[in-house]
Amino acid sequence: MTKLNFLFELRDKLKGLPKNEVDERLNFYSEMIEDMVEEGFSEEEAVNKIGNVNDISEQIISEIPLTKIAKEKINQKRKIKSWEISLIIVGSPIWFSLLIAFLSVIFALYVSLWSVIISLWAVFASLIACGFAACFVGVAFCFMKKGVLGLVMISAGLVCLGFGILMFLVSHYATKGTILLTKKIALAIKKCFIKKEEA
Amino acid sequence: MDIQLKRGILDVCVLASIKNEDSYGYKIIKDLKPYIELSESTLYTILKRLETAQMLTVRTVEHGGRIRKYYHITDMGLKRIEDFKCEWKEITSIYKFVTKGDEDNDKA
Repeated sequence: MTKLNFLFELRDKLKGLPKNEVDERLNFYSEMIEDMVEEGFSEEEAVNKIGNVNDISEQIISEIPLTKIAKEKINQKRKIKSWEISLIIVGSPIWFSLLIAFLSVIFALYVSLWSVIISLWAVFASLIACGFAACFVGVAFCFMKKGVLGLVMISAGLVCLGFGILMFLVSHYATKGTILLTKKIALAIKKCFIKKEEA
Repeated sequence: MDIQLKRGILDVCVLASIKNEDSYGYKIIKDLKPYIELSESTLYTILKRLETAQMLTVRTVEHGGRIRKYYHITDMGLKRIEDFKCEWKEITSIYKFVTKGDEDNDKA
């Protein structure tokens, strides 16, 4: 691939991102390639060294905050025609309520996902608290000459603590998974924004 | 390597590569190559971050009929390197603490 092809493809992939930011990046890559060519590499080799256009564009998109992408999209929107405005106003009872409903569903899904995480942690905390409390009470019983009851309490406490430790692992991995999922969704939304621009 | 740790180290590496004289993108990657592998995209992000943090300034220079960007370290950038040296002393003492006893075990 030649330098121009590379830059052209990359610009195409980054459509919808702030223009000055894209220009600055492309200039940076262009300078890199030219410096490599000056060093004695062929243009093809230099482009290969920089990497795959898809990987680079994905990395760039994930680095730019979503708010910036959305702002850019609003800024570069074309002028809306008058009949479109009237259609938007007339249709507002329908699309506005649909939009609100759609956003609420997404929000509710997200909240419920995190509530599961929070409840997992709550179970963990209560198991640990119960475990310690039972052990403490068990020891107290032992001192009050109620040895059998005390030992039962202590063993129940230890079981609770054991489950608590298992629960920690479960909660930990669930939290990690959710954070990863959130990141992936954010990337997908950003890509969605950019794709729409191409259409 | 831990991502946070690596990010901090990369920042300092890039600053160190422009400490003695101003440098440009490709040269920075070349100079760092024996020590740490750095992709062009990563370097762009680091340079941008350091510029925003006012640890370096950028100037454009004409070179062979095209434009090349040179990066110049600021006092804040120099201070970051000095801070890193102090931090590193702490880390080595922590490392000594962490590995304490390893040798004794090996001998046994």
